[in-house]
Amino acid sequence: MVGHDGSGTGGEAGSHADHVGCMEAVRQLYVYLDGELTEDRRLKISLHLDECGPCAHAAGFEAELRAVISSHCKDRVPDSLVTRVAAAIAAEEARRADQTGARGPGARGPV
Amino acid sequence: MADRALFAEQAMEHMPALYTAALRMTRNAADAEDLVQETYLKAYRAFDSFTEGTNLKAWLYRILTNTYINTYRAARRRPEVSDVEDVEDLYLYHRLAPGDGSERSAEEEVLAGFTDDEVKEAIEALPDAFRIAVLLADVEGFSYKEIADITEVPIGTVMSRIHRGRRALQKTLAEFAQQRGLVGAAPKVP
Repeated sequence: MVGHDGSGTGGEAGSHADHVGCMEAVRQLYVYLDGELTEDRRLKISLHLDECGPCAHAAGFEAELRAVISSHCKDRVPDSLVTRVAAAIAAEEARRADQTGARGPGARGPV
Repeated sequence: MADRALFAEQAMEHMPALYTAALRMTRNAADAEDLVQETYLKAYRAFDSFTEGTNLKAWLYRILTNTYINTYRAARRRPEVSDVEDVEDLYLYHRLAPGDGSERSAEEEVLAGFTDDEVKEAIEALPDAFRIAVLLADVEGFSYKEIADITEVPIGTVMSRIHRGRRALQKTLAEFAQQRGLVGAAPKVP
């Protein structure tokens, strides 16, 4: 349900230790979606989402929004940049080879 | 210790991701290209200090981020705000236009309505620290630990920046949706 404010049932002190309320679920939702909760916390939030339609709906929206944000942030690398970077690395490679070569084959620096 | 001869082979494939991040950081293509080139050169020179088998992409991001902060941010004339307004969780969700029994479609309309330009603008509006954290988490999919390593700040700081940055991002996105009449200005009362 749109407009769910996360203050619903189950969050009161004294509720069963294995259950988290809506307020707690919403508070931990981002960390849950990031896959960064401990297994114990993850299971509790997951259980709450299974039981609570409004929270599950909000979680679905947030997950979807994240996918939308990521999908709108793809930029194509210009071919000219690929060429430029490859050339810069090749030039650096050549410069290093020159320096090593100047000291003679097998040279390992000052002895 | 990594073999420099293998650098190009291993590192070039990460350029699209690095370029996207560089664009969001510098906010313009010319600076983004320079930043990516500088990142690759620095990485090539330092490649013997990269530990083979560890996360090369994260290592490249660390160089990119540091180079951006040390070069481009320092060069910016206008100092930028360093904080975001703190708004509540589920900011956008709570403002979705009142449903007429077809609420699901209102949500889909909002989500489908965002354009590339809007999303990029909303991310680019975030102050540096928040922008980088949100980019690394939500666009690149790095873990909190990886972001802490890349940006060299404690994990708690990373989490705070990601979460506050996301909420600020939602506020900007809600404003775009509001202009289309899809979202109300105030949260709906359930």
